[in-house]
Amino acid sequence: MRMTPVSRSSHRRAGFDTVFHGLLLLCSLLVLAMLGGLILLMATGGWQAFTKFGLSFFTTASWNPVKDVYGVLAPLLGTLVSTLIAMLIAVPMAFGTAFWLTYIASGRFSSIVGTTIQLLAAVPSIIFGMWGFQTIVPFIARDVQPFLNHHFRHTPIVGSLLSGPPVGTGLVTSGIILAVMIAPFITAVMVDVFSAVPPMLRESAYGLGATRWEMMRKIVVPWSRNGMIGAIVLGMGRALGETMAVTFIIGNVTTVGWSLFAPRSTVASLIALQFPESPEGSLRLSSLMALGFILMLLSCVSLILARCLRGKRQ
Amino acid sequence: MTPASMSSTEPSGKAPAQDVALAVRDLNFHYGSHHALHGISLDFPARCVTAMIGPSGCGKSTLLRVFNKIYALYPGQRATGEVMFDGRNILDDSINLDMLRSRIGMVFQKPTPFPMSIYDNIAFGVRLHEKLDRTEMDERVQDVLTRVALWNEVRDRLNAPATGLSGGQQQRLCIARSIATRPEVLLLDEPTSALDPISTARIEELLDELKEEFTIAIVTHNMQQAARCADRVAFFYLGRLVEVDTADRIFTNPREKQTQDYITGRFG
Repeated sequence: MRMTPVSRSSHRRAGFDTVFHGLLLLCSLLVLAMLGGLILLMATGGWQAFTKFGLSFFTTASWNPVKDVYGVLAPLLGTLVSTLIAMLIAVPMAFGTAFWLTYIASGRFSSIVGTTIQLLAAVPSIIFGMWGFQTIVPFIARDVQPFLNHHFRHTPIVGSLLSGPPVGTGLVTSGIILAVMIAPFITAVMVDVFSAVPPMLRESAYGLGATRWEMMRKIVVPWSRNGMIGAIVLGMGRALGETMAVTFIIGNVTTVGWSLFAPRSTVASLIALQFPESPEGSLRLSSLMALGFILMLLSCVSLILARCLRGKRQ
Repeated sequence: MTPASMSSTEPSGKAPAQDVALAVRDLNFHYGSHHALHGISLDFPARCVTAMIGPSGCGKSTLLRVFNKIYALYPGQRATGEVMFDGRNILDDSINLDMLRSRIGMVFQKPTPFPMSIYDNIAFGVRLHEKLDRTEMDERVQDVLTRVALWNEVRDRLNAPATGLSGGQQQRLCIARSIATRPEVLLLDEPTSALDPISTARIEELLDELKEEFTIAIVTHNMQQAARCADRVAFFYLGRLVEVDTADRIFTNPREKQTQDYITGRFG
């Protein structure tokens, strides 16, 4: 045997590999530490509030720095309802746009729209806040709410949802702005998801004489169900946590009520407004940290929910 | 049915005196600026298996995709000429695509089970065109699954997802799905290229039975398959029809040298 042992560089190379491996491990550990640290910080920061108020923290509607009594009900409802409104508007819009872009539109126009959507997704939220404040708020105050009120004031339930002075700020306004902000995100992800449906599968459906509508309903939707859930949760996460734009247009009043047109507040907007003016060690600061903890929890729950919905299918 | 016009383009794809299911005359096909099919004229006799062979990129799959106008999904792809089916030129814009596709079924290279149960895969196409009650639908499903020799394998799990079947079973399911709408023509685009030999043999046997009832056009890269299954074989090269004849003649005594070279494996 004339094989010479190749020990020249293998030792050094193995050393590099160990270092490289270690670096990669460090990166992934950092991610874990980051999330763990955030949760810990929020939990310990909010501890004072949680122990002081107990369960009533979740059922108290008032947020009163004068009496030093805080409850999360008002901002929590504000966050949940404005997100719900946003999803109701954004999801059908995004679905339609994505489907049109993927399967119906062609050529230059579709690529212009596609690029515009990506640009729209990159617009900073503060821009949407200013637009909402300048355009949507007056529109709601002047036209939408008075119109709806005029026609549906005496309808049970609906009437109370519309009540209140026409100031323009509130849950519906926030929902609309949030919808405009997250729709491009959801659309972009859904386009990817729809494009992943194998062309042969689509051609098979068409080959049996299916129309576009039938192809979409029977093939594309079931096939891309998981991906669509992912897209929706991504958008929802953004709507739950969106701060700046909402702070501009929600009205920032910590009240609970039926009206969707009255000024309210959300978890994120309340934190943004009050955090800088809350003194170290105060119950108010702790309550805000507790709010942050709840917000994180909300995002995690929505993510886990999405995982469960996905799991069922497979 | 007689083809309306007899183009004199050589070689003539005119079939012997017999029912012709599809009559192609002077067909040209373009992918954007790429000219993929040049003046094809070819008859597909009814209730026969016509195989299309030729090296990759010769246009045989393209021709198949003209017959159910699936190419129309994609902008930039266009066909000119004439493809007569049941007395009408299917290349006319006035042709109802859904109707056409229910009468000309297609099976692809890879199995394409829909993301639904075995039963619903079969019922999918039927529901698009016919209103059947539950019993009639059950009968239809059992009938087509029996004909593709799949019934005994899946009768106990008709409601299980079709994606759980093996590749060969999936492909037979796709064939069953295509014949469930009772088409007149069946287009098969390399239907066994993703399958193991046993599944392939199964499907070849199946073709023999299906041709009693359907006109079959099959694209294949497998010479033995063409020799075994086809009544007529058309050889394509670089977007042109080089030669078409009975399978016997093509494989034993082809007229063209190119055909000879291809079937003996000298190129392609």
